[in-house]
Amino acid sequence: MALIDTLVQNWPKLLDGVGTTLALTGMGALIAAIAAPPLALLRAQGSALAQAPLRVYISFIRGTPILAQLFLVFYGSGQFRVELQSLGLWTFFRDPFNCAVLVFAINSCAYQTEILRGGIQAVAPGEIEAGRAIGMSRLMVLRRIVFPHAYRIAWPALGNEIILLMKASALASVVTVFDLMGRTRQIFSRSFDFSVYFWAAALYLAMTVCFVVLWRLAERRLSRHMTGQTPQGVQ
Amino acid sequence: MFELFSYGPLGWGDEILSGLWVTLRLAVTTLPVGLLIGFAVAGLSLSHNRGLRALGVGYTTLMRGLPEILTLFIVYNGVGLLLNRGLAAVFPDAGPVEFSPFAAGVVALAMVFAAFAAEVLRGAFLAVPEGQIMAGRAIGMTPRQIFWRIKLPQLWRFALPGMGNLWLNLLKDTALVSVIALDDLMRATKVAVGVTKQPFTFYLVACLIYWLLCVVSELGMAKLEQRANRGVRRA
Amino acid sequence: MQPQSSHDAVLKAQNIHKSFGTHEVLKGISLDARNHDVISILGSSGSGKSTFLRCLNFLEIPTSGQVTVHGEEIVVRNGRPGDPRQIERMRQRLGMVFQQFNLWSHRTVLENVMEGPVQVKRRPRAEARDQAEALLARVGLAERMHMYPSQLSGGQQQRVAIARALAMEPDAILFDEPTSALDPELVGEVLKVMQDLAAEGRTMIVVTHEMSFAREVSTEVVFLHQGRIAEQGPPDKLFNHPDSESFARFISNIR
Repeated sequence: MALIDTLVQNWPKLLDGVGTTLALTGMGALIAAIAAPPLALLRAQGSALAQAPLRVYISFIRGTPILAQLFLVFYGSGQFRVELQSLGLWTFFRDPFNCAVLVFAINSCAYQTEILRGGIQAVAPGEIEAGRAIGMSRLMVLRRIVFPHAYRIAWPALGNEIILLMKASALASVVTVFDLMGRTRQIFSRSFDFSVYFWAAALYLAMTVCFVVLWRLAERRLSRHMTGQTPQGVQ
Repeated sequence: MFELFSYGPLGWGDEILSGLWVTLRLAVTTLPVGLLIGFAVAGLSLSHNRGLRALGVGYTTLMRGLPEILTLFIVYNGVGLLLNRGLAAVFPDAGPVEFSPFAAGVVALAMVFAAFAAEVLRGAFLAVPEGQIMAGRAIGMTPRQIFWRIKLPQLWRFALPGMGNLWLNLLKDTALVSVIALDDLMRATKVAVGVTKQPFTFYLVACLIYWLLCVVSELGMAKLEQRANRGVRRA
Repeated sequence: MQPQSSHDAVLKAQNIHKSFGTHEVLKGISLDARNHDVISILGSSGSGKSTFLRCLNFLEIPTSGQVTVHGEEIVVRNGRPGDPRQIERMRQRLGMVFQQFNLWSHRTVLENVMEGPVQVKRRPRAEARDQAEALLARVGLAERMHMYPSQLSGGQQQRVAIARALAMEPDAILFDEPTSALDPELVGEVLKVMQDLAAEGRTMIVVTHEMSFAREVSTEVVFLHQGRIAEQGPPDKLFNHPDSESFARFISNIR
């Protein structure tokens, strides 16, 4: 009963937090998703020289805590306040929400790039060759054959990455963003009502479950050609 | 510039190093605890008993779905609360005890680590080729003998790559404990930033230290994997 | 025999060499394909016959030598295509059928056949669809057109692949061991389609192990041995009076 009371008293705040969490995750994942395909292509097919900076970027992102990355951008930008002001960028970096989205996008982009690279490298070479053999240009082969396959192959891993990003988005609360985690900490620090953590956990799980269901539905659509396989006479 | 990181009262080198020491101690203490819980949970999810299996699967789903920082707060605030209530019930005279942030960090990180480790271990158990188990049965081994003589010795090899990734995640997740006031690398950096007003420089150094830890760990893991794969021909 | 002149050659290869590292696979091969020719290329595995075929449409780039399509020479500079557009144009005129079919697994049978005309040739969809349906009917797969490749047998997949090649209305079709990946009982249905194409006067270059096809359908047989042409001529002459010992041994081993 105390549990229900907590929810009744705090649901507008918690709901607002859910919205912010979804916005943080969605924007970060989306920006990363736009930048990842060309980078993945470079990573899969580029020259060693072109790949070098990309490898350093990915290794750095994977080798450092996302909290440290967030601090580096949000607090670190303060060290360049004058320069950023003269560029007109200071208002952007002063806002913790913006910094969080930026960091999540940069972070997720590194992971999405690696996942998509795996997908690109797993595309059957024969299908690419068949495209070239009917006179497709390089770009057309990418657009019509390589990427449709690569996304289908990478889809489950991309879903996992977005779930990890949603969990990581809770770190934004540390730089005073009022996402679900931020709201929860705020409510707890005022009321010392421990059951608010229960509701936060339930809401995070609910978001994950909804996302997993939607992602699976999309996957089924993407993999239509994989269902009901009855290969005969193929070696 | 170098003065900032020098050892002694003028520079921040000693503070950062002692923070690093806490970070490493935390990670190294958490690892065996997490592995132990992980084995137990893997055992549950491989159990023939439906109830136990549901318990194991429920635990991994729950812990993998929650943001690590939320788990940390739940443990830090909640377990502290429970501990004091329990103590008060048994020893009404004793005053409240402080649940140490270090212990809270170990417990929370180990709980998260265990959920992921259980999945890795479960996969590794199932990866032992069926034929070898049948061969064991064929010479009259009991299930217990098959477990100790065939499955367990090979577990290491199949689990190692996954465990390597979890170790890296653990190293990075330790940064979270700075939020509950444990003086790890991240918090030492924060203190230095507060005094020097050079956030970018110091957070960059912190990032580079984490990066170095991860790169060194990766090298070590590659060595371990080589050892574990002795006698196994690479496909 | 028609008079040999370079002008009515659909496809002309001159002195093709191809090396992989230090290993020279093709040691100077020349071949003319005129309209209505059906050329079978025979040879044991490792003789370089597939590599040669792939050099004709530049899936492999020849180390040296020239390929001319309808009198237009394909430009190669420093071992790379001089003009990718030229190669794309040339490939539209040379169909190719692969050993492993290589159908696009994420598209239906019909979409596989329409892909080239719609995407590469920029034909209107409706027109491409009518054409694709007609071609699929011709190879006996009209009722399978909404299936995905993974739902078809190997023989059916290869017939789709042939329809896909035909949809580009090519001047010549290259076949790279089209029946080698098929179960024995499925070989016949594919050979039948190829025989029909030969009968209607299509220009075809076929790398194959099917002696009956080489002997009865082709107008010319080329035998490759260790990267060179060891024997070449009309099938009657070759199979009955082989000049080279290597070809005599080859056909006696096959039987």
